[in-house]
Amino acid sequence: MSITPLLRLSGITKTFGPLKANDDISLTLAQGEMLALLGENGAGKTTLMSILFGHYVADDGSVEVLGRPLPPGSPRAALAAGIGMVHQHFTLADNMTVLENIMLGTEPLWAFRRGSARARAKLGSLMDRFRLRVDPGAKVRALSVGERQRVEILKVLYRDARILILDEPTAVLTPQESDHLFATLRELVNQGVAVIFITHKLREVMAASDRCVVLRHGRVVLEAATKKTSAEELARAMVGASIPQATRVTLAPGEEVLFLDRVRADAPDRGPGLRELRLSVRAHEILGIAGVSGNGQALLADLLSGLVAPTGGSVVLRGQTVSRLTPAAMIRAGVGRVPDDRTGTGLVADMTVMENLSTEIYRLPGFSKRGMLNFKALASRAAQLMDVFDIRCAGPNAPVRKLSGGNMQKLILARVLSQGPHLILANQPTWGLDVGATAAVHQHLLDAARRGAGIVLISEDLDELFELSDRIQVMYQGRLSAPENTATVDRAKLGLMMSGQNVDTRGAA
Amino acid sequence: MRLEPRESVALAWQIGAPLLAVIASMAVCSGLILWAGASPLAAWGLLLKGALGSTFALTETLTRATPLIFTGLAAAVAFRAKLWNIGGEGQFYVGACMATWLGTGMITLPAWLMIPFLFLSGALAGGLFLLIPTWLKTRLKVDEVVTTLLLNFVVLLVVNWLVFGPWKDPMAMGWPQAAPVIDQAMLPVLVPKSSLHLGFILALACAFLIWWMMRFTIWGFEIRAVGASLKASTFAGMPVQATIVRTALLSGGLAAMAGVTELCGVKGYLTLDLSPGFGYSGIVVAMLAALHPLGVVLSATFIAVIYIGADSMSRAINISNYIADVTTAVSLLTVLLAMFLTRYRIRWK
Repeated sequence: MSITPLLRLSGITKTFGPLKANDDISLTLAQGEMLALLGENGAGKTTLMSILFGHYVADDGSVEVLGRPLPPGSPRAALAAGIGMVHQHFTLADNMTVLENIMLGTEPLWAFRRGSARARAKLGSLMDRFRLRVDPGAKVRALSVGERQRVEILKVLYRDARILILDEPTAVLTPQESDHLFATLRELVNQGVAVIFITHKLREVMAASDRCVVLRHGRVVLEAATKKTSAEELARAMVGASIPQATRVTLAPGEEVLFLDRVRADAPDRGPGLRELRLSVRAHEILGIAGVSGNGQALLADLLSGLVAPTGGSVVLRGQTVSRLTPAAMIRAGVGRVPDDRTGTGLVADMTVMENLSTEIYRLPGFSKRGMLNFKALASRAAQLMDVFDIRCAGPNAPVRKLSGGNMQKLILARVLSQGPHLILANQPTWGLDVGATAAVHQHLLDAARRGAGIVLISEDLDELFELSDRIQVMYQGRLSAPENTATVDRAKLGLMMSGQNVDTRGAA
Repeated sequence: MRLEPRESVALAWQIGAPLLAVIASMAVCSGLILWAGASPLAAWGLLLKGALGSTFALTETLTRATPLIFTGLAAAVAFRAKLWNIGGEGQFYVGACMATWLGTGMITLPAWLMIPFLFLSGALAGGLFLLIPTWLKTRLKVDEVVTTLLLNFVVLLVVNWLVFGPWKDPMAMGWPQAAPVIDQAMLPVLVPKSSLHLGFILALACAFLIWWMMRFTIWGFEIRAVGASLKASTFAGMPVQATIVRTALLSGGLAAMAGVTELCGVKGYLTLDLSPGFGYSGIVVAMLAALHPLGVVLSATFIAVIYIGADSMSRAINISNYIADVTTAVSLLTVLLAMFLTRYRIRWK
């Protein structure tokens, strides 16, 4: 390692109104080092990287690359200094080829002809050097998520980046793709590129990084060589306290609350439809649906929410075949629905907490009479639920828009669980939540299962599925695998199934 | 430059900002008055005097405000549900046609029955008329902005045909107008020797009723929810289709009631110039009121003040009464800007 670090951030401070997003943060990055940047939502990771990349101007502090200060507020300067960023949401043009995507923005605006041949040669040598294989002539649309990520990385390397920043790079990958990614990153590091990756998955940090830095409330709370720390220590540093562990009591499964028999449905867009789904959920049981996003989980969630009608097969709720699937019919049948899109689908963001708690029950007797809303009953119910579910907000009349993600999810859970559902559909219930809120959501789901609900848990997070579910089925291209017992199945097998291999398409329930 | 939502806004600002915006718009228009060679202070003084300065002026202003309250409510209700009804003008004439058809001798009832009968049948016709574009919207996803707007011209052409053709009053010495409605259908005058009629009270009652409905009833809750998020209301199992249909009936009905009130309260007979654009002005009224039903009463009165006042001002000093159009247009822009700035603050980098 060289004496002058490749990258040095010193005393970075940035405030947004009353919030100190970054408070006197200093860190260094050496050439050929893989640094993990950890922290909960709102800990200041993204702000810090945005300052580094020139999207924001820090109130105080400086950024130096190889000892030379970087002018603040200029992404162009950051690029020129060799800093490249791979965002969580890819920024590729679907209808262009890999090569065109990589060349975008590197060409002079007024060139007569594109230097395709030269670019192709350069890209080819990069691919050989870093062992990153993608077909340069393929349209991005046709690539898998893992391949798209490789294109993003190549795009950055093509611009001669020496510092690669990745924001939550594994959020959309299967375990195998993640392993592949970290092998690639290790290769880059071995050849002198420095890598910073932002994450909140401790397992990845322990497995892949050389050094890790934990942020909390905008400050560096822990900085250590990965070898000398432990996952527990990192978790404590992230949260500031020991993580509440969800307590779990396994009960014998009760009656069957949901049975899908060879259900088919068409996707509204070109995604895969549902093909001959079979699944069964009993009371007290949590069934996990694993899979890489875009394999039909959204459609399954819409089906169980009553938004999409099946084109074949039957949906049986507690022994009753449902003939007409509508949201209202599902609510009446005792299905509690927790959607993945909280602000768009789950909640009316511009209405109040009380109104949102009421959207599924206001027509019930007791809450309205002869067309008039009973505000007293609705308000007292809201106050009670806000208390029981610990929804923190300015009051029952605060607009939901102003709530944090965790409190929004608690609001949805309060609305769902207060109706005593027999079946709960939870689609990505902890997506984007911090550790504390995640633990609360998990505990609520486990409690509901203990009280007798059957739960379908759709998640892309294998850790979450292993922690909560009794059985797991894998969804791939609109098909479900046969259920696997969580206690006996291993992660590698699920990973293979998620990438479409070894899937038992007959799907016995 | 960036926009940041404000955490909380004091009530004083929520009320004060639109008022400041109106004053700002008058300041902008003062430039035009100066340019026309008159003193702005004198002009505004004359305008206010002409609109509010005497009992007669006041009754004229409130008479003008009456149809604007109805069309303003029509737009406010529909826009609240994100049903973009730009067809207030057409529905206005549908209401007026219905009242002409039924009220010029076809049915004769005592006044206390005749007036409610005409209002209800007019409102029903207007509401059903708006169902056509609404149905196209919900079934075939046809943009209702286009269909409601274009239907205005369809209605106007039908009215044109009616007053030149089958409904042409032979007693009108060749003027293209329909026969007058019967005496029992005419709205009683509130203030003697003025044109202010019962319609104004009805308009106030409607504003209050709509406010009450939006705030306290299931239907109002559903309209607000569907407007705020169609996706979330559908997900929550709300009767979204029924809500949109109900909103359309209400909105079309209110706009048609403006037509009935203008026909039976002011003119007495159907002509092609029964409305100087009340349907379109209703959109401005609703936006100025931030879609609040009680605010509609205030903003309709404000616009009526500007128009009535500008007429008398232009007679007194030689300034075109187009200044009224400019003032309302500018005040709409400034009020929208003010409402935006009460919700967001601008930060300069």
